[in-house]
Amino acid sequence: MTGYLLRRLAHVLLVLIGVSIITFLILHAPGRDPARQVAGHTASPEQVEQVRHELGLDRPLIEQYWRYATKLAQGDLGRSYVQRSQVSELILARLPATALLMLGAIFCELLIGLPSGAIAAFRRNRPSDQTVMLGALLFVSTPQFLVAYILLYVFGFKLQWLPTTPGVSFLTLILPALSLGLIGGGWYARMMRSSIIEVLRQDYVRTARAKGLRRARIVLLHVVPNGLLPIIAMIGLDIGYFMSGIVVVESVFGWPGIGQLAWQAIQQIDIPIIMGVTLVAACAIVLGNLLADLMAPLIDPRIKLK
Amino acid sequence: MKNLLLTASLAALVWAAPLAPGYAADIKQGGAMTVTFKDDISTLDPAIGYDWKNWSMIKSLFDGLLDYKPGTTEIVPDLAESYEVAPDGLTYTFHLRHGVKFHNGREMKAADVKYSLERTCNPKTQSPGAGYYGSIKGFDDYQAGKASELAGVTTPDDYTVKIELSHPDATTLHLMALNFSFVVPKEEVEKYGADFGKHPVGTGAFKLAEWKSGQDLVFERNTDYYKKGLPHLDKITFEIGQEPVVALLRLQKGEIDIAGDGIPPSKYEEVLKDPATKKLVTITDQLNTDYVSMNVNIKPFDQVEVRQAVNMAINKTRILKLINNRGVAANQPLPPAMPGYVKDYKGYPYDPAKAKALLAKAGLADGFSTDLYVQNVDPNPRIAQAIQQDLAKIGIKANIKSLDQGTVIAAGGKKDGAPMIWSGGMAWIADFPDPSNFYTAILGCGGAVDGGWNWSWYCNKDLDARADKANAMADPAKAGERAAEWGKIFVEVMKDAPWAPVLNEKAVTIHSKRIAGPNGIFADPIHIPVNYDEVYALDAQ
Repeated sequence: MTGYLLRRLAHVLLVLIGVSIITFLILHAPGRDPARQVAGHTASPEQVEQVRHELGLDRPLIEQYWRYATKLAQGDLGRSYVQRSQVSELILARLPATALLMLGAIFCELLIGLPSGAIAAFRRNRPSDQTVMLGALLFVSTPQFLVAYILLYVFGFKLQWLPTTPGVSFLTLILPALSLGLIGGGWYARMMRSSIIEVLRQDYVRTARAKGLRRARIVLLHVVPNGLLPIIAMIGLDIGYFMSGIVVVESVFGWPGIGQLAWQAIQQIDIPIIMGVTLVAACAIVLGNLLADLMAPLIDPRIKLK
Repeated sequence: MKNLLLTASLAALVWAAPLAPGYAADIKQGGAMTVTFKDDISTLDPAIGYDWKNWSMIKSLFDGLLDYKPGTTEIVPDLAESYEVAPDGLTYTFHLRHGVKFHNGREMKAADVKYSLERTCNPKTQSPGAGYYGSIKGFDDYQAGKASELAGVTTPDDYTVKIELSHPDATTLHLMALNFSFVVPKEEVEKYGADFGKHPVGTGAFKLAEWKSGQDLVFERNTDYYKKGLPHLDKITFEIGQEPVVALLRLQKGEIDIAGDGIPPSKYEEVLKDPATKKLVTITDQLNTDYVSMNVNIKPFDQVEVRQAVNMAINKTRILKLINNRGVAANQPLPPAMPGYVKDYKGYPYDPAKAKALLAKAGLADGFSTDLYVQNVDPNPRIAQAIQQDLAKIGIKANIKSLDQGTVIAAGGKKDGAPMIWSGGMAWIADFPDPSNFYTAILGCGGAVDGGWNWSWYCNKDLDARADKANAMADPAKAGERAAEWGKIFVEVMKDAPWAPVLNEKAVTIHSKRIAGPNGIFADPIHIPVNYDEVYALDAQ
């Protein structure tokens, strides 16, 4: 197990290095001049060169990346070009809000998706199954920003059931979490339905029925746990899905997380922040996947991590 | 009869006065206001802050030697209670007010003014405004690291600052009212270092009480502010992360006071049609011109007839409709509100037939193909499409390149980068109300450099020399003559037509019924969206 963990952590490190190199190259592509942007339009070419030197942008690309990587290893993500603040401080200040939103979104999607997927599976081909699947298809096909704006308009303005003020609270969490959760719930419903249908076809389920076990016992002790296995793997992948979703959803609702920070940084081409958020997102994704894999043996003892 | 008339007049005055906006003596201090913005505030460091959101906020936290009379572009004393300009225009002497305190309690003195100017000019600070102060003696040596101080700024005593220039510069008074010159306390800058922008300490009407990144900022009244009676409000809360459409709805419900990002284009007509919301809207001139730049290095824009033809081909009325008429058609580089604007200059008329004839004269009767760069934020791509259609009518096939702002700006700053650029959303709004601000960086030879903002790469050395001469007319008594000369310079620029000026956008502010201010502060050309010091709460009255 320890060997497996160490190997996986080494993979995590390799992925992060790869992501950092690719992102670095894209952001430092020719055609952009952050030094000119920082120096301002009144700066003479000499002044721009001075700023370029201060920012280390006059060094060869490989040297710039090495400087960035060595600072990164010490937890220093550099300073924002626009805000001049430490990127790590900016991200750390907003990370709890994003983490809370993700937890809320995961809770929503599981609450919506799992029961509805199970109901659809047990009532296969009946009206309830078709309704659930139609609903799932609808949400899965709808862009996040559209779901977000519709929820905001209906529940925030028309019905005024929920607040529209920005900020972090249980009440302000509901709509953004639902925006992500409804779409995710659609995916989970479909996945849960397929998984349960597959399990219901297994010999051991037929055997359990033949043995005379009560339906509820069969469902709760055998069908659902086995059906959940692929779902667990998906939760780890969800973190990757959410990382793109939070940019849109946080902006619509004014949720003060790293998605909103990333959106602003992209518009301002604030390279240090974009690099920092990308790396944090990549880290979250690979660790999420690792967590999903580590949880698999807990659900299915037959799985051995080697 | 006389007594009756007098009594009646006095009675009328007493009755009418409280209803007249901005009757300063009657304004009671107190109350609070909420402003919303979509994006977070980047920094409140006056040496660095350079976007339209933090610009006015910084003006409330800090002060400079000079300021502008609220609602106007007239320069008035601020931290300097008086000043003298030497007859040769090379020396400016400012006499500071006594007893002005920083928010940390220490008195502001001349050494602080020198420190602040040096900080802005220091390349380590990376101030985007450093270049403005290039005419201060010793600037080049200081920037190059050859001098440890800015030689041209001296402090004969604790309350006198002398600024010597290497050449006369008529914009100097504006530069001492510009944010980049605002006075900061050395001990606080050294304490916070590069994070000073998140922990600002100045002499301004408000202090920063709280800043929750991405959520809100709170300004509290500076009770030791040297201008008695200001600010009127006790507190201003800036809420961050608010979508403009949502902010507008909240304003209409009375939850917020100023929608900092203005009225979203999709809501504009609806807001103006409703009499209840219309009276909360102020539309004002901005020091802005949007234009199509034509790169004189890229054929066939090296021919003046082609550039003139483009000027005559663009249907400005149609483009104005795309922005709900929030502006006027432009016919010269300067906007109408700028000193030097030539009122009776007609510019190039809209005349596609004549435009085609000019192209034929240039040997391009069959037209030609080119690229039109535009920023990809609405409504600019739509405006670019309208321009594309106008050009197609005279045989010019313009291929639209709709890209992010940074890429377009970078292309414009390359000698053979972009043949045509629609400047909407990127350029140009003046940093201060002086015509030179519309020449140097964007039409002068000095801006026609790699990474520069002169996207037409236009360089007319004769006009540059005339511009330098105009800038040297530092005597305030000659301001009118100087403005007229600038007007003539820009008319000459239009003869060469490196630009096709299209429109001057207006600024639109909307505020709640709860707040008011002296005449003009919601239409203040210097403080956008509003002069925070001068606003008062009606429920505190």
